[in-house]
Amino acid sequence: MKYLDEFRDPARARTLADEIRRITTRPWMIMEICGGQTHAILRYGIDQILPPDITLLHGPGCPVCVTPLEQIDKAIELAQRPEIIFTSFGDMLRVPGSSTDLLSVKARGGDVRIVYSPLEAVDLARRHPERQVVFFAVGFETTAPANAMAAAAARQAGLDNFSLLVSHVLVPPAIEAILSSPECRVQGFLAAGHVCAVEGYEDYEPLCAKYRVPIVVTGFEPIDILQGILHCVLQLEAGRAEVENQYARIVRREGNPRARALVREVFEIAPRKWRGIGEIPHSGLRLRGEWREFDAELRFPLSTQHVDESPDCISGLVLQGVKKPDECHAFAIRCNPDSPLGATMVSSEGACAAYYRYKRRHA
Amino acid sequence: MCLAIPGQIVDIDGSNSLTRMARVSFAGIIKEVSLAYTPEAGPGDYVVVHAGFALNTVDEEEARRTIELIHEMDDAG
Ligand code: SF4
Repeated sequence: MKYLDEFRDPARARTLADEIRRITTRPWMIMEICGGQTHAILRYGIDQILPPDITLLHGPGCPVCVTPLEQIDKAIELAQRPEIIFTSFGDMLRVPGSSTDLLSVKARGGDVRIVYSPLEAVDLARRHPERQVVFFAVGFETTAPANAMAAAAARQAGLDNFSLLVSHVLVPPAIEAILSSPECRVQGFLAAGHVCAVEGYEDYEPLCAKYRVPIVVTGFEPIDILQGILHCVLQLEAGRAEVENQYARIVRREGNPRARALVREVFEIAPRKWRGIGEIPHSGLRLRGEWREFDAELRFPLSTQHVDESPDCISGLVLQGVKKPDECHAFAIRCNPDSPLGATMVSSEGACAAYYRYKRRHA
Repeated sequence: MCLAIPGQIVDIDGSNSLTRMARVSFAGIIKEVSLAYTPEAGPGDYVVVHAGFALNTVDEEEARRTIELIHEMDDAG
């Protein structure tokens, strides 16, 4: 298939790995932000073909992993109400809340439905005027345009039975939180290509200047990732710290202006709690005042309280690149994809799940 | 929800840019995708899709350049 095979070619991958080896003179730690990239790195064994001086740290860019426990509990509470059809992307269903998960609610008779796009949830609301339809609006910059359009479509159709449980997070504030932590080991970043396809990369420029780190906007195929690493190492070796765009076939500096405009019309920037990490200022989106009629948290009184994470799970440290999954004492012993202790073991984009699937053999 | 490979637009339905929908083939699997954010996309174009929305079209010229950079490395080495 076009734009896939060329970017998965093993010969080209070897050329890039050789080039990285040739130019590397000392150890560097590079973080890929996006869980999709983490998955690809382990699946294709990219970490195995890099020179030993290059360490990849896995970042917090998995929406399933960072959606806070309280939001999962709120979703579960809503899904248990008989008048509600609760809709969600499929990968949120197995994420453990403090006592159960959405899949178990569904098994016990809750009306939980998987949708591929939030527009399907709007459509359900149109077809079931007697029911309330709630969509679990999670994700990074990549799903915000779809969720903004869902609110706009519901307004255009005059629906009063559609609402969003919003848990949106943004990448640049998370990068800043990692860089400003005293434990930070990251010297360069691969930024998530599709996040930048929406929002562009202007927001990364001040981060490069302030923290003196290179940030390379990078795609998801093996060739993309290796090329992103190469550009990052070239900058590190030369003492440069700039934004570079490896993924120019998809990403423009200004992103997608139409998508940005609607996201800004419907949502505003707000503080958000990240699962395992804690609250990060300006790191999320919530519905703007004029759009709050679509806010499920205002429409339905919720009793969800603050809850603490399992003390055995170190996913917060994993998500910040401080620890690797196989450094967790529970990894592959008490925690596995069939009975996950933390969200990073649930999602296929989570670092713990990727290590479990692809790396346990070598460990 | 973030794993995304480019899909190819098979055909397009609707002329209103807000409701313009396409059938997009992902290695043979067909999905309905909104083109609300990519009004420039046409049949045959490759698009990146998240949550049912095409976010950008693939720029063939840039794709070719990315691959060429690697071949230059081979020639040099
Ligand atoms: S292996 Fe399990 S318990 Fe350990 S950090 Fe990962 S998700 Fe948490």
